[in-house]
Amino acid sequence: MSVGNRVMRIEGIPASPGYAEGPLFDLDQPPVSYKAKASAEEEQTALVSAIGKAVGRLAVLVETADGDAAGILEFHIAMLEDDALSGPALTAIGSGQPADAAWRAALDREIAGYEASDQDYFRARAADLRDIRDQVLRALSEDGEAAAPPGAILHGEDIAPTRFLETDWSKGGGIALQRGSTASHVAMLARSRGVPMVVGLGALAAPRTGDALLNAEHGAIIFSPSLAETEAFRQSASAFADRLGAAKTFLTEPAVTKAGTAVRVQVNIAYPSDVEGIDIESCDGVGLMRTEFLFGKTLPDEETQYHAYRKVLEWAGGKPVTIRTVDAGGDKPVPGFTVEEINPFLGLRGIRLSLKRLDIFRVQIRALLRAAIHGNLRVMFPMIATPDEYSQAAALFAEERAALVARGVAHRLPPLGIMVEVPSVALAPEDFADVAFFSIGSNDLTQYVMAAARDNAAVAHLNSVRQPAVLRLIAAVAAFGLEKGIPVSLCGDAGGDPETIPALLEAGLRDLSVAPAQLAMAKAAIAGVAV
Amino acid sequence: MSASAEATVLITHAVGLHARPSVKFTKLAKTFAAEVEVAVAANGPWFDAKSIVKVMAAKAPKGTLLHIRAKGDGATQAVKALVDLVQRDFDEDADHARTA
Repeated sequence: MSVGNRVMRIEGIPASPGYAEGPLFDLDQPPVSYKAKASAEEEQTALVSAIGKAVGRLAVLVETADGDAAGILEFHIAMLEDDALSGPALTAIGSGQPADAAWRAALDREIAGYEASDQDYFRARAADLRDIRDQVLRALSEDGEAAAPPGAILHGEDIAPTRFLETDWSKGGGIALQRGSTASHVAMLARSRGVPMVVGLGALAAPRTGDALLNAEHGAIIFSPSLAETEAFRQSASAFADRLGAAKTFLTEPAVTKAGTAVRVQVNIAYPSDVEGIDIESCDGVGLMRTEFLFGKTLPDEETQYHAYRKVLEWAGGKPVTIRTVDAGGDKPVPGFTVEEINPFLGLRGIRLSLKRLDIFRVQIRALLRAAIHGNLRVMFPMIATPDEYSQAAALFAEERAALVARGVAHRLPPLGIMVEVPSVALAPEDFADVAFFSIGSNDLTQYVMAAARDNAAVAHLNSVRQPAVLRLIAAVAAFGLEKGIPVSLCGDAGGDPETIPALLEAGLRDLSVAPAQLAMAKAAIAGVAV
Repeated sequence: MSASAEATVLITHAVGLHARPSVKFTKLAKTFAAEVEVAVAANGPWFDAKSIVKVMAAKAPKGTLLHIRAKGDGATQAVKALVDLVQRDFDEDADHARTA
């Protein structure tokens, strides 16, 4: 089939709902290669100006970053501005090397030095140095590379988080990916900022330029649309906007079904700064605060973590804040912490990794115990598969608590619960009757029950919470919780999906936690359920 | 007018003289005209305290006895200010409290 200017529609998976109409921007344009200059002086000037460009970009990012991310970016800037970093490269250029090769060689030597360290903190810096190296290489080679025009649909195989953060979304636009995942870091960012995004479009030869229509409500992109198609698209887009507007009226009201059943709706957050855009009055608390992103590029110390947790607890007032201990591993590697594995989703991740790396886990536990005095904290452990893992984790809390008592440090022991995402827990919840609460992680529970990796678009049709086997497990856990008086909530993506909410309420759940951008639509969907 | 000063200070910050602390340390060192150097052993090697690349290369973890020496204008003040910064754990606490 010719791809010329013919109308072409490709189906994908919606990752962040919404509609976008605009010019395509090709994310996969081959990187412009570095063009050698005429003299060593020009090579040196090119390197110095590329470093300046990288610093300038970082300075822009610092302005919108929160405390911890800003700290990392400031470190990158300080390194780039240090003549000691560029000195060896400039010398090498003087003796005949081109700027890109000289810079790469100089930085690779630095990186090797960090990688050789016997301390995790310094080894983890190798990732920063690589980032610094690549930022300058990019600036060196892209003399004429265009930024995405405002309102464009970014289209390609996959997208880097930095590209997302650098893009100006104020004029609209969207993201259309051939691969990608609804659970990726960028998908999460897109949902919380309301940027339409579709993933899993596949490798069909699609046009790289021209106009396109992105339907991220149902998951499709239309290239070179006809007039009729554009009109139909605009109608759907405006109907979506109307529904979103109507849903807004539900935002500030408590969620209640058509039958008058109250449903608690909390929010999921990843960064402490996420709470800045949320009105605490619009939700019942934080059902899931992820902590692995605090661990992004470096291992955060106790103070950094303490202040991050405290910030969210204070923002929530007396409402509950459920913080999940670090869930690194799987698709969320952390340099200096996680291990490389052939099958990471079935490997050392979540609580398994934390229990292996007690030095790191204990730091997080102390920060949580200390932060607990600033609000209504609950703590949960990810990837629990056996009662013993819970007991070990709870015992660590008791030990660290005793140490804080001995040192006279203010603290409080929060209720300790577990994620229900490994099928062993959902199948035998009675073995976990001593936990303070259950939180169903529907993304992982589904991928493990259906044996369908959540980052693989080819098996996305299997990856649905509405599969009868998954719903049956959810219903069983909800019934067990009701019987024993153990609170049960759900914090996966399904909780914010209007089409799945009826099934979840029918399964007995009355407590959902959703992405902040989905709060209004979720409450509106709840209002339409007759449970 | 050539002064010189030297001191040692124990690094008590949880992760030592790493990324964020190094940024602060070198920024402060640069506010002095004196030549300032650091080492993790009394006999060196000595690293330029105004270069974050060099300070990071010293790889000083928590519990390191950091040697600081300075030569030239304001040497005494420079050493004192840097020792204070290390003793204050690089003001990490206060900074976070502000953003919290």
